[in-house]
Amino acid sequence: MNQSAAKRGAGDVMLEARGMSKRFGDHTVLQDINLSIQRSEVVCLIGPSGSGKSTLLRSLAFLENYDDGEVFVEGELLGYDRASDGRRVRSRPSRLSDVRRNMGMVFQQFNLWPHLSVLENVMEALLRVRGMKRDDAHRLALATLEKVGLAEKAGAWPNRLSGGQQQRVAIARSLAMSPAIMLFDEPTSALDPELVGEVLQVMRQLAEEGMTMVVVTHEMGFAARVADRVLFLDQGHIVEQGPPTRLFRHPQSPRLAQFLGNYLERNSLFEAAPALNRVDD
Amino acid sequence: MDFSVLTDHAGEIGSGFLVTIWTWVGGVLAGVIAGLIMAVIQLSAGPWVRGVLRCYIEVIRATPFLVQLFLLYYGGPSLGLSLSPMAAGLIGLGIYGSVYFAEIFRTGFTSIPRGQQEAAAMLGMTPWQIIWRVQIPQMLVLILPALVNFTTILGKETPVLSIITVPELTFVLTGVGAETFAYVETLLALCVGYFLLAELCSRLGQWLERRASRYLTQGVQQRRALKPRESAA
Repeated sequence: MNQSAAKRGAGDVMLEARGMSKRFGDHTVLQDINLSIQRSEVVCLIGPSGSGKSTLLRSLAFLENYDDGEVFVEGELLGYDRASDGRRVRSRPSRLSDVRRNMGMVFQQFNLWPHLSVLENVMEALLRVRGMKRDDAHRLALATLEKVGLAEKAGAWPNRLSGGQQQRVAIARSLAMSPAIMLFDEPTSALDPELVGEVLQVMRQLAEEGMTMVVVTHEMGFAARVADRVLFLDQGHIVEQGPPTRLFRHPQSPRLAQFLGNYLERNSLFEAAPALNRVDD
Repeated sequence: MDFSVLTDHAGEIGSGFLVTIWTWVGGVLAGVIAGLIMAVIQLSAGPWVRGVLRCYIEVIRATPFLVQLFLLYYGGPSLGLSLSPMAAGLIGLGIYGSVYFAEIFRTGFTSIPRGQQEAAAMLGMTPWQIIWRVQIPQMLVLILPALVNFTTILGKETPVLSIITVPELTFVLTGVGAETFAYVETLLALCVGYFLLAELCSRLGQWLERRASRYLTQGVQQRRALKPRESAA
């Protein structure tokens, strides 16, 4: 089902959460999350809406500041520094950027910059953050766009592209910075159904190349085919986790069984084939 | 009516015109810079700093420019702040303008989807890079009409500086009028002078707007429903 054994350098912990909690006011969104992601591992987060999966992913990137516990990116504490008196204080932006230098993120809404061309979107961080020369950045950006199959759209404006193409540009923009970990926050949820495949295809290719990936998704087919491990979240807890075969075929918790049941029922309404095979094409 | 008084005093009037332009440009520049800084602080600082800034903006907006200018020029010395009329005028215009510019910039910043900042931050861009490279280029197109509009308004506040004896156009022409009793002629000339300046400003603004929407953005244009989209190259 997956290639984890064949992947290079498996074993290093790339991303880790210890006892992480997150509250919005009185409402606890994430409760005592413990999670460890190895190099080249592909982890999918699934769960009903409002279960906290997106908040968990955003906390792992410190786009949401978690309240308790710790998150480590390749062994470095993310988002906070230890003050001399032992209390923790929020990191300065430069420190935060430094800790997540090897982390890339892809968003549901793509978040391309509409005032820059596709190529400029990909080049921007190479120029400003990596300090690359224009020629080098241009070359690398084009090569990365090639990888997601959009080199011919380099000169286009983002808003002229389809959603699927925009998301692939967003992946290229992130990928050009050569991240070691990539986070995907519902990358196909804003897409027309027929455009989902092209984005999943690119993600699958990344997974096969050994990218460490954390993916929040509703695409159970993708989770089943590509993930090494699936985490099921409900009400801010990791209810169940394991390899997709076990989780999907033999769910232990009633909540997951119910969730999968709803999913299968909805998706098999007009399909003869089981929904889990959707990405096979 | 005898407009020869104007040609008789052409030298003074010309220099008054230049002083008006200088105070206007200086006031706008000071206001834009201070306003931009205030907008950035408002969006990024903690609740305390934000609260103080908010109060400051409200107070300046709720008091007349003339009173602020008097306070600065006549009240300043008792606080150890002795300013020349020109300096007081420029600072006064800058302060008065900055709060309005700050509000314009703030709306501009909030009109850019937050996700774009998050994407930039995840790519390692610094807060200043995000402001300069992601937010300002997009929001300029959106707020340019408001900026031009308030720049025109600020230009029409410059006559107030005549009261603290800044030798700008109104000061010179009312002086000439009082001297020669040619009130109507000088006041008409004043109207023409300010009309020309405001017209120049609005033309400049329209030109900038065209340039900005052509070169800076494609996407923002689409969001701006007011303007028909120009055919993109």
